[in-house]
Amino acid sequence: MAYVTVKGGEQAIEAAHTWLAEERRGDTAVPEVSLAQIEQQLGRAVDRAMGEGSLYDRALAALAVKQAQGDLIEAAFLLRAYRTTLPRFAYSLPVDTAAMLLQRRISAVFKDLPGGQLLGPTYDYTHRLLDFSLAADGAPPPSSRAEPDEAAMPRVPDILGQEGLIEQDGDGAAEPGDLTREPLRFPAPRDVRLQALARGDEGFLLALGYSTQRGYGGTHPFAGEIRMGEATVEIEPPELGFAIDIGDITLTECQMVNQFKGSKTLPAQFTRGYGLVFGHAERKAMAMALVDRAMRAEELGEEVTAPAQDVEFVVYHSDNIEATGFVEHLKLPHYVDFQSELENVRRMRREAARVAERAEAAE
Amino acid sequence: MNGYNFAYLDEQTKRMIRRALLKAVAIPGHQVPFGSREMPLPYGWGTGGIQVTASVLGQNDVLKVIDQGADDTTNAVSIRRFFARTAGVRTTTRTSEATLIQTRHRIPETALREDQIIVYQVPQPEPLSRLEPSRAETRRMHALADYGLMHVKLYEDIARFGQVSISYDYPVMVNHRYLMAPSPIPAFDNPKMHMMPALQLFGAGREKRIYAVPPYTEVRSLDFDDHPFRTIRAPHACGLCGAADVYLDEVVVDDRGGRLYVCSDTDHCAGRRAAGHVGADGMQEAAE
Repeated sequence: MAYVTVKGGEQAIEAAHTWLAEERRGDTAVPEVSLAQIEQQLGRAVDRAMGEGSLYDRALAALAVKQAQGDLIEAAFLLRAYRTTLPRFAYSLPVDTAAMLLQRRISAVFKDLPGGQLLGPTYDYTHRLLDFSLAADGAPPPSSRAEPDEAAMPRVPDILGQEGLIEQDGDGAAEPGDLTREPLRFPAPRDVRLQALARGDEGFLLALGYSTQRGYGGTHPFAGEIRMGEATVEIEPPELGFAIDIGDITLTECQMVNQFKGSKTLPAQFTRGYGLVFGHAERKAMAMALVDRAMRAEELGEEVTAPAQDVEFVVYHSDNIEATGFVEHLKLPHYVDFQSELENVRRMRREAARVAERAEAAE
Repeated sequence: MNGYNFAYLDEQTKRMIRRALLKAVAIPGHQVPFGSREMPLPYGWGTGGIQVTASVLGQNDVLKVIDQGADDTTNAVSIRRFFARTAGVRTTTRTSEATLIQTRHRIPETALREDQIIVYQVPQPEPLSRLEPSRAETRRMHALADYGLMHVKLYEDIARFGQVSISYDYPVMVNHRYLMAPSPIPAFDNPKMHMMPALQLFGAGREKRIYAVPPYTEVRSLDFDDHPFRTIRAPHACGLCGAADVYLDEVVVDDRGGRLYVCSDTDHCAGRRAAGHVGADGMQEAAE
């Protein structure tokens, strides 16, 4: 057998991509899925792609989910790569989550509160039994949902804040950082950490949040409030001088209320962990709030011992686009480095054999 | 390409990257943080090198892209196509024809010239990362030129194995000041960096760092007086062109231990064969 230099990488790539397109479409006897179907019927997948893709656009996210064959990290990657090319013509004012039009709002710390508890469209309390009726087409029975409540629904930390029982929220006066434009620096301020978490991988944050509950950097959390609904986005063009409404986005917000014993300078009070995510993404928002609070350990004078408290560790590893790229780059050719490792190991084995031989001869 | 700027990146981003490059050239071997953009290729697949290339590429440039020394490896093909598509520049596989060479894991065998730029793709710009994971801490160590940890690592290798066990991404000292990761090139290539006439630029997209070695700068591989730096290569000659002073790929030709050693630098090998050099296995190939 003779060695023939490998050529034709270009044709191989071309062929692989046409094969992929064919595989994506699947059996052509089965109707093609439409973007509207994905957006409407796979809404949680669309939400996750938007959140981790860091771009609020349901139609584009549906396209990304379709193009990625439902691989949500790949879908988020597609959105990110698109997002990065977009011009930024305005920055919004901070969204007011207290004024959200709520579909869901629950508090685990008060039995009842102004505005009440609102379960909304949740998987909570469903029995996880496969519903075989979904295998057939058909409309679901009409829901008995409440109309969105326009009554005032103050946020739970604001209620606690009236009594000074919880720390003040940050003043938010400074221009927030943006890690998609400026490289990360440490110590990373909380605004940048929250941005990283909001874009971070749901699975990674879930596991880290969970680890704090199992003793690796415990934060004594209570789910002060979880709310999901529509928030108004406003911009204030300089030529107008007043804010205009440019649309609504669905958000999930989680405010964790955490025990804090106080310090020499601060009386005992509750502290905050915060989570805010695009779409309906409660698991992610809760995990984010746990990890946000865990990362505040140093600021609050707590001992930093656990992974979730280590800001560099969390922020550098929460981005699944970075992570998947680097993990998967291992499949790129490494034969140059491997060859030098081979020679190195061979040389070291020869050396070891020589030493052993000499020792034997000496005996 | 429709809808995109020349070489994909917008001009503001290129300016930001060029500013980082200027700083990097002014402080040889120092890692400059930059606002790395999300590229349409995955992190770890050359996004840093691509951003650097995009920022210095001009319409009259001739681009060569190699991965593992070869122009026809899939990722090299993909990156070359990216620039052919987004910048429409002329591409080449000939080292001597290129004005700009983007590389992963190798430095070409043909010596580079003053009118050339080589851009390295860097997975991990921090040479101390395996010894100290915190970047806040390694920044401090660079600031103080506190490289004792690395010397201890090399010393421990020698004490344990009788030699330094690093065979690629072998740390170098640049201009007597900064410890630098040469990117995962084999240690064999390290000496080529020393006093190289071409400008050497390094891009790490995921880690958001840029660094550089200006032309004719001292680049020394770390070693000890009594354990001088040694390069490693397979002790063979290229089976196709007979070159005995180049870095070789080891190709498995059968399942009975058969091996063929061939030039990792495909352009260098092709050039030698065109000039009439023939290796031990070269005739066989020609006969088929």
